Amino acid sequence: MAYASALKCRECGREYATDPLNVCEFCFGPLEVVYDYEAVARVISRERIQSGPLTMWRYQDLLPVDADNAVDLQTGFTPLMKAPNLGRVLGLDHLYIKNDAVNPTNSFKDRVVSVASTKALEYEFKTLACASTGNLAGSVAAHAARAGMDACIFIPADLEKGKVVGAAIYGPTLVAVDGSYDDVNRLCSELADAYPWAFVNINMRPYYAEGSKTLGYEVAEQLGWQAPAHCIVPSASGSMFTKIWKGFHEFEDLGLIPKVHTHMHMTQAEGCAPIAEAFENGWGRVRPVKPNTVAKSLAIGNPADGYYSLRTIAESDGDATIVPEGEVVSGIQLLAENEGIFTETAGGVVISGLKRLVERGVIKRDEVTVAYITGNGLKTLEAVEDTVRSVQIAPTTASFESEVLNA
Amino acid sequence: MAKLRVRFTFTPELVQEPIIWQLGQKFPIVTNIRGADVREAFGWALLELEGDAEQLNQGIEWVRSTGIAVELVTGDVIE
Repeated sequence: MAYASALKCRECGREYATDPLNVCEFCFGPLEVVYDYEAVARVISRERIQSGPLTMWRYQDLLPVDADNAVDLQTGFTPLMKAPNLGRVLGLDHLYIKNDAVNPTNSFKDRVVSVASTKALEYEFKTLACASTGNLAGSVAAHAARAGMDACIFIPADLEKGKVVGAAIYGPTLVAVDGSYDDVNRLCSELADAYPWAFVNINMRPYYAEGSKTLGYEVAEQLGWQAPAHCIVPSASGSMFTKIWKGFHEFEDLGLIPKVHTHMHMTQAEGCAPIAEAFENGWGRVRPVKPNTVAKSLAIGNPADGYYSLRTIAESDGDATIVPEGEVVSGIQLLAENEGIFTETAGGVVISGLKRLVERGVIKRDEVTVAYITGNGLKTLEAVEDTVRSVQIAPTTASFESEVLNA
Repeated sequence: MAKLRVRFTFTPELVQEPIIWQLGQKFPIVTNIRGADVREAFGWALLELEGDAEQLNQGIEWVRSTGIAVELVTGDVIE
């Protein structure tokens, strides 16, 4: 059963029933799911979690849907790998990679969409929808297929076709909108009001966002029921960053882990770093930007959870790092060449951001550090294709020896 | 009639301008302020705008032409 008891405005505190709503009707603040934690505390335990499925649904008591009807592609419980080689290069003795690139559609989006699509079925919506430039589209289309729902995916008309092949294969209605990204944002917000559809990150957003908490729960469980000293997290809307923090604190409050001392570090690429810029300048609020970054999956110029991300940084005594565009690919290479994990551009931002944090002395050698890798490198091949080279030889042993072995 | 929930973000040089009043004067749009924080160096306001869809488009374009950023309160949803 689900223990979600209400939706609550993060600004004015007004409570609403658990309906398909995302902003407070009074002050337009974002709504967040609240739970009956006393009831959760009566049932949850480490043993109960450990006897659950090897997916994100082992944490069903802390998700806002009934897990018996979960739209589940076996998402989550992804590997937390010790990274000794990269640790040696960077000067860290206890570096771990949370490899969320191995989810069913190859990004962490499956966590949030699994919850959103389950909730959409509870509300008896027939259509699952989103606006996307890639990762979200694939996950929404796959979950709709699994759930037997229709899917409608809105994409900017100038998006490269290759970006949506991974979504189109599941058979959604793909709608290319002839307009700017702003136009697509606005159209989808209008349609979410006008049609009885489940837009996963609009009217389903409070539930959708909760899926990211499982990235906190899993890391705490996989570290032997404790939160790490440092988390390095890529940020677009900032939602995942705040939810990992929320996940650690829920575990602490429920007595599942000791007191949390984690420092939450956000990384953004220079071409779209509205939250990190606000942090560096001490603005308190985020000023929207026009994205121009190679890290397309982080290209959100007007981040919905920017303000709350700044609060998470402050509460955790964390940091926000802006990674130069030129270091995104080198971050991808560092991870691939040292640990055998190929990440998309967002992961490059994480690894280069981590490197900077260590160089600045923010992270010490002996501290347990977790870098979140949230998407597979095959999604952004164009970013790295110019970096790969081969040696051309004639089909002879002599040519092999002269051009390769003795080159 | 259409409704749109937006955030205006003011730069320091525009903080003293009565942009919201002007918007209601220039276009047949109802401007309903629901939250704001306007200071010397920076300001934002949350509004519900109501009017004919085409008038809303033109009104928002005019606000943007003054240098004020206009975004949906829900943030960007293309992910």
